[in-house]
Amino acid sequence: MYDVIIIGAGVCGAAIARELSKYEARICVLEKEEDVCCGTSKANSGIVHAGFDASPGTWKARMNVKGSKMMKRMSEELDFPYQQVGSLVVCTDKTQQKGLYELLEKGETNGVEGLRILEKEELLKMEPNLSEEAIAALYAPMGGIVCPFGMNIAYAENACVNGVEFRFSSIVRKIRKIEEREAQMDSGLPSGFEVLIENQKGSEEVLLARFVVNAAGVNADLIHNMVSRNKIHITPRRGDYLLLDHTAGKQVSHTVFALPDIMGKGVLVTPTVHGNLLVGPTAIDIQDREGTNTTADGLCQVMEKSKKTVKDLPLGQTITSFAGLRAHEDGGDFILGEAVDVPGFIDCAGIESPGLTSAPAIGVWIADLLREKMNLHEKKEFFSRRKGMINPFMLSKEEQKELIRRNPSYGKIVCRCEKISEGEILDAIHRPLGARSLDGIKRRTRAGMGRCQAGFCTTGTMEILSRELEIPMTELTKCGGKSKIAVSFTKEEVKE
Amino acid sequence: MKKRELTCIGCPMGCLLTVEQEETGACKVTGNSCKRGKSYGEKEMTNPTRIVTTTVRVRGGVHPVVPVKTSIDIPKTKIFECMEAIRTICPKAPVAIGEVLAENIAGTGADLVATASLLAK
Amino acid sequence: MMNRYYDIVIIGAGPAGLAAALAAKKEGAERVIILERNHEPGGILNQCIHNGFGLHTFSEELTGPEYADRFVSEVKKEKIPILLDTTVLSVSQKRVITAMNSSEGIFELEAGAAVLCMGCRERPRGSLNLPGFRPAGIFSAGTAQRLVNLEGCMPGREVVILGSGDIGLIMARRMTLEGAKVKAVAELMPYSGGLKRNIVQCLDDYGIPLKLSHTVVDIGGKERVESVTLARVDEHQKPIPGTEEKIACDTLLLSVGLIPENELSREAGIEINPVTKGPIVNEQLQTSIAGIFACGNVLHVHDLVDYVSEEAQTAGRNAARFVKRQEQRVEEKPAVALVAGRGVRYTVPSMIHPENMEENQKIRFRVDAVYRNVYLNVYRNNERIRHRKCRILTPGEMEEISLKKEELSEEFNPEKISIAVEEE
Repeated sequence: MYDVIIIGAGVCGAAIARELSKYEARICVLEKEEDVCCGTSKANSGIVHAGFDASPGTWKARMNVKGSKMMKRMSEELDFPYQQVGSLVVCTDKTQQKGLYELLEKGETNGVEGLRILEKEELLKMEPNLSEEAIAALYAPMGGIVCPFGMNIAYAENACVNGVEFRFSSIVRKIRKIEEREAQMDSGLPSGFEVLIENQKGSEEVLLARFVVNAAGVNADLIHNMVSRNKIHITPRRGDYLLLDHTAGKQVSHTVFALPDIMGKGVLVTPTVHGNLLVGPTAIDIQDREGTNTTADGLCQVMEKSKKTVKDLPLGQTITSFAGLRAHEDGGDFILGEAVDVPGFIDCAGIESPGLTSAPAIGVWIADLLREKMNLHEKKEFFSRRKGMINPFMLSKEEQKELIRRNPSYGKIVCRCEKISEGEILDAIHRPLGARSLDGIKRRTRAGMGRCQAGFCTTGTMEILSRELEIPMTELTKCGGKSKIAVSFTKEEVKE
Repeated sequence: MKKRELTCIGCPMGCLLTVEQEETGACKVTGNSCKRGKSYGEKEMTNPTRIVTTTVRVRGGVHPVVPVKTSIDIPKTKIFECMEAIRTICPKAPVAIGEVLAENIAGTGADLVATASLLAK
Repeated sequence: MMNRYYDIVIIGAGPAGLAAALAAKKEGAERVIILERNHEPGGILNQCIHNGFGLHTFSEELTGPEYADRFVSEVKKEKIPILLDTTVLSVSQKRVITAMNSSEGIFELEAGAAVLCMGCRERPRGSLNLPGFRPAGIFSAGTAQRLVNLEGCMPGREVVILGSGDIGLIMARRMTLEGAKVKAVAELMPYSGGLKRNIVQCLDDYGIPLKLSHTVVDIGGKERVESVTLARVDEHQKPIPGTEEKIACDTLLLSVGLIPENELSREAGIEINPVTKGPIVNEQLQTSIAGIFACGNVLHVHDLVDYVSEEAQTAGRNAARFVKRQEQRVEEKPAVALVAGRGVRYTVPSMIHPENMEENQKIRFRVDAVYRNVYLNVYRNNERIRHRKCRILTPGEMEEISLKKEELSEEFNPEKISIAVEEE
């Protein structure tokens, strides 16, 4: 019997797990994919929103502002890439300019610090590549950028080190509330939940838990509706993005938004923590909860809209395009807390933007809620700090030399474009919740994320994975499941 | 009489050749712009041959396979037979470049020759 | 610890690097070293196991590994060291080369002259903005080639190939021989980017359809590729609605172009030609930084390795001469500019200093479309000095002309040489 089962190992599930792991409790995270950070958390803007978008009083507003204020400290404690670059909401139409003041006011009510309206001259000094039409902007110095994979993985690793169990490739099929009466009189089971899963081996298994946390992203409505009569409904809202090469990374130095419209925040142009330039997203409501396919029309929209705020965007230097799904709930706000009709079932649903920013705050808030409800006690030994992967090129030359002397695998480059060494790939495989697939390696090290998009390093990375995990080359996957990279050997060994 | 249309590979022109073969075996090539096209057309009609390049599986090498080629060009019709025969060959590393790994492969008269060296693990 | 100074430091031990090293040594350079990022010398040739290499250089038809072996053996005979598993991190204007490997850590070499031989890379899917899912089973043709030929792995069983570049064509045959079904090769342009020989011997021989003026408009399959949808494109290369054809397959190979790998060159501040994406060079194949030379696919993408070797010899020879002279030759007169005229995309080199040129100067270039029955004209200032009838010119094949030193002598007061494709 678990004390808590958390469904979903995205950034919220991982943050909740980490914050809960401070307490004496048996915690299990169930994830349907083969790794953490495989859904909404892996394909988003990587933005730390300052908190001026959401209407005052909403969960979004509260968690956003709190999360954004926590981000710096968490990035230090858990060692993930974060930069407070500041953001600009750019107005390009004089008739819309009052929108900036509305945002300013909302932001101030929400408690965002340092907001300021910039007129054209100062704006262009700050961000010279804005389009000619830019007339004014709302400047938010609290705005920032974060590595969404790095953050999710950091939280999950730290949770794992602090005793949280992670079960991957485990799909929740059914949840049943065990009634008080039933628990006492029939089976002798304590009250709680039966969670029926399809496990890694494809067989059914029943797990028991006193509390269940629903952090299932675009599927959180399905999970919620398994136990609650108060139905919720999530629409996957697709966002297409273009990622540009490092060579374009300095086109802007702040996150540049266009003034929002009814469908969302519009297309943003931002540097990433790794020096690329990210442009997107679209906002297209779809039915398919796995519909992460880009469309020609979507990519076209991104290209067109991005020109509105930033001039001379070198879109020819696009190295990849991708799409992510936001979990948009009909009510428009996050759904946080215990389901009214299901005691012990805690929702963390409808987490769309600013979900990434809010995750640290959501983690703390839900952990606090459970601590109270379950009367949890703090652990004697909690490892609050996590050391991230070593990036040799962030070290001084002397330190890097010493690193290679101690561990020569850091001297052998596998991914040319991002200059990722074998040492980093080995680290990614062998650290807690280590990578088991090409995408797992990519999200942890950036190997394959550069301008050749894994053209050169695919086979090298496969060789290392195969050797270290003792899996034949033909069994390796891109991202688990049926995503095999090679389908067979060209010819089998023939015995003498 | 047999008739075939071919694209000449003598130069980038890629002339569209029409080759007609009499019962006697004599060929008539049309559509060519030079004599290279004529001889290419005749060869392709009477005895098209290709060098086959592929790999063979190796036991105990630093790589699982080593590249090979047929020592001479073999009839086009024998290519897949040759590939099947190659599947059954599995030498032990090391393999040296130029080493003959099989003689008279699939009865074509060609030997199978390693085109690279492969060290033992 | 190794020596810090070398007469010639060559970056890359592929066909260009190997040939440049040998030529430099032959020209009298004593201390030559090659830095190679892979575990073996030979570069991309190691995975090009098909034949057709070396017809010009050795007058026989070799496979890629055999062609490489000829050069590697020579390099070994000349005792030129090749530092393997070594990645160059930067090249400075003063020719200090910073590199890294497991045994030496990070180290610097001073070079009398450096030769850039980093080759090229394939354009990935992202640069094409191909819509659809991003499942396993999408490979650039070269990655698939490495999987099949070096790792002995099959990337898939039912294949669609986008792009008719030579690697894609070669892989169509290779996958077929290994038992895969190649269902179609789609090419965006109305003509193939590959050599005629490869179209016939890799596609026609196996009945693989080549669909010109087609592109991929959707990729299906969430975990592994399940289908690829092709559509015909109009003259602006835009898909024509209603022409879509969904093909069931598990693999999509991309052979959509090669890009010279000039990150090191750019960071060093070397001027890059926006057309070739390679350095701008003069008659010695010297870049805009004195003492840094470039050759092979890092300079411009070649169609035949034999031309790479030949070009690399020129670069290696000139690098050795540069070191011997101890200083940059003072160019007294301005260079003669080489101009890509009508129908010509670029020329390599971009300029010639007549006083420095050898007796014969090769100029290589590519045309921008397929031309039939045209003339290739070369002008010195405004005077036509070459008039060659060509039955066909295609972008897939590199062209060359040769200029004699005397043709650029002072009496003609040459300012520019232009090459153009013309009706007469």
